[in-house]
Amino acid sequence: MFDLRDLYMQVIVDHNKAPRNFGVLKAYNHDADGYNPLCGDKLHVYVNVNDDDIIEDISFEGEGCAISVASASLMTEALKGKSVSEFPATFNDFQHMVTADIAEEPDEEALGKLAVLAGVREFPSRIKCAVLCWHTMKSAVEDSHKVAVTE
Amino acid sequence: MFEIEKIRGDFPILTQQVYGKQLAYLDNAATTQKPQSVIDAISHYYECDNSNVHRGVHALSERATAEYEGARKIIAAFFNARSEREVIFTRGTTEAINLIATSWGSANIKAGDEILITHMEHHSNIVPWQMLCERTGAVLKVAPINDDGELIIEAFDELLSERTKLVGAVHMSNALGTINPIADIIRKAHAVGAKTLIDGAQAAAHLAVDVQALDVDFYVTSAHKMYGPTGIGVVIGKENILAAMPPYQGGGDMIRMVTFEKSEYNDLPYKFEAGTPHISGAIGFGKAIEYIENIGFDAIGKREKELLAYATAKAEAFEGLRQIGTAKEKACVLSFVLDSVHPHDLGTIVDREGVAIRAGHHCAMPVMQFFKVPATARASFSVYNTESEIDALFAALKTAQDIFA
Ligand SMILES: Cc1ncc(COP(=O)(O)O)c(C=O)c1O
Repeated sequence: MFDLRDLYMQVIVDHNKAPRNFGVLKAYNHDADGYNPLCGDKLHVYVNVNDDDIIEDISFEGEGCAISVASASLMTEALKGKSVSEFPATFNDFQHMVTADIAEEPDEEALGKLAVLAGVREFPSRIKCAVLCWHTMKSAVEDSHKVAVTE
Repeated sequence: MFEIEKIRGDFPILTQQVYGKQLAYLDNAATTQKPQSVIDAISHYYECDNSNVHRGVHALSERATAEYEGARKIIAAFFNARSEREVIFTRGTTEAINLIATSWGSANIKAGDEILITHMEHHSNIVPWQMLCERTGAVLKVAPINDDGELIIEAFDELLSERTKLVGAVHMSNALGTINPIADIIRKAHAVGAKTLIDGAQAAAHLAVDVQALDVDFYVTSAHKMYGPTGIGVVIGKENILAAMPPYQGGGDMIRMVTFEKSEYNDLPYKFEAGTPHISGAIGFGKAIEYIENIGFDAIGKREKELLAYATAKAEAFEGLRQIGTAKEKACVLSFVLDSVHPHDLGTIVDREGVAIRAGHHCAMPVMQFFKVPATARASFSVYNTESEIDALFAALKTAQDIFA
């Protein structure tokens, strides 16, 4: 069985305490709101995409549980400098990792540091916390102007 | 004599382990567990008596009808209703309030009228009134609460006027544990000519309720928070008011005579019970009430006070814990936040220690907004809980703090 400390690994606790890329960007051209009504998690994601379609800068604000804050923090680190066209694939990789069978090892090569969140698979009620930021990012880059939810 | 081991033995679910730890079920405000007598009554109904009520002339239907109506008698006596005609089965508290807001509301509320509720209501005693106000142009007024989570009576008095047509108040708050002074509220509402609805979803398993002594117009509750099954609850309403209300839903059972030109409605309580009811649910509800009566409210109240006092003392001594809801009159609920751990993380961590609590907004988002928290963790106690389960909770809280230290 998965241990709690595998979910709340040092990396997650650390990103929760000191989230990276936290706050509003000075200049941004995409943004979106995300909301998880079940636990009241609220996120806002800001993205600045340059003419070459590269995510030049990305940040988030909001409040939520450790999983949602750490996931958003890790996501901003993972996406900064990547091209927008790569986003759907990364989104799918992440989504797959957190919903895959427990026995399946996360693809660390594709996911990098994001793999620390693989543990949420063991905690079905917490998967939404981990994916909220990704859905919010999707709304932002698609300019959908809809509040992202995880359903 | 209150024998905790005997009481715990009545609830088969409590002996189990989760994640290799002894279960400590402290989520009783969400739903209570069911004693063997309730489980047996429901199985017995399906094994021996299952059939439809009020229609068959055969033996099974007669038995099912007798048991279903027998449950109504038990419930009527428990709440001291004037007669069984005042006991209307619904799916639960939520449907009960919707029934009143729709049926009574559509016949009695017009533009400019006011509905007065409190800031500590469950969403089910907010949203149906908002919907009614939207339909009719009536205005929803909200009586404020103080920092302890108590109704501010002076402010309530000021909001009450001859424009107020209905006062809706929760008897015991699920998010805070606050017990409202409902006798006072009802008397004051009646003084301005308003009707009263008391949401007894939390209270009915913990406090004795006498609808005649209270003179309440509508008292509503859910069986599943009273050791009974889900999917069944009641409106206890004054007969003269119910008789004057239009039906809520149309269909079988609620009519006496149907032609294509016109239908004649059935008498109370059937006028409000369209369709095949939740027969086994009603039977289980009756048994659950007998279970409560066998222990008795004196013993229940005494025991639950002890548990809350024990938990509250531990909470006060726990560093970094802030209680949400510190009313003088409260019961069974310890709602709190920790300064270093989000309630949702807390819920997950204590769950792995075998402790079941609720983390979230408890369907009372305005309460969260008032206390400026996104959510709280809530432990809620029942007559079968023990001090050692509360110890397990606080040990688990310590584990959570250590993880985030
Ligand atoms: C105070 C209060 N009112 C109403 C309800 C709604 O009850 P139900 O979901 O059984 O309809 C609840 C249950 O959560 C409650 O605690």
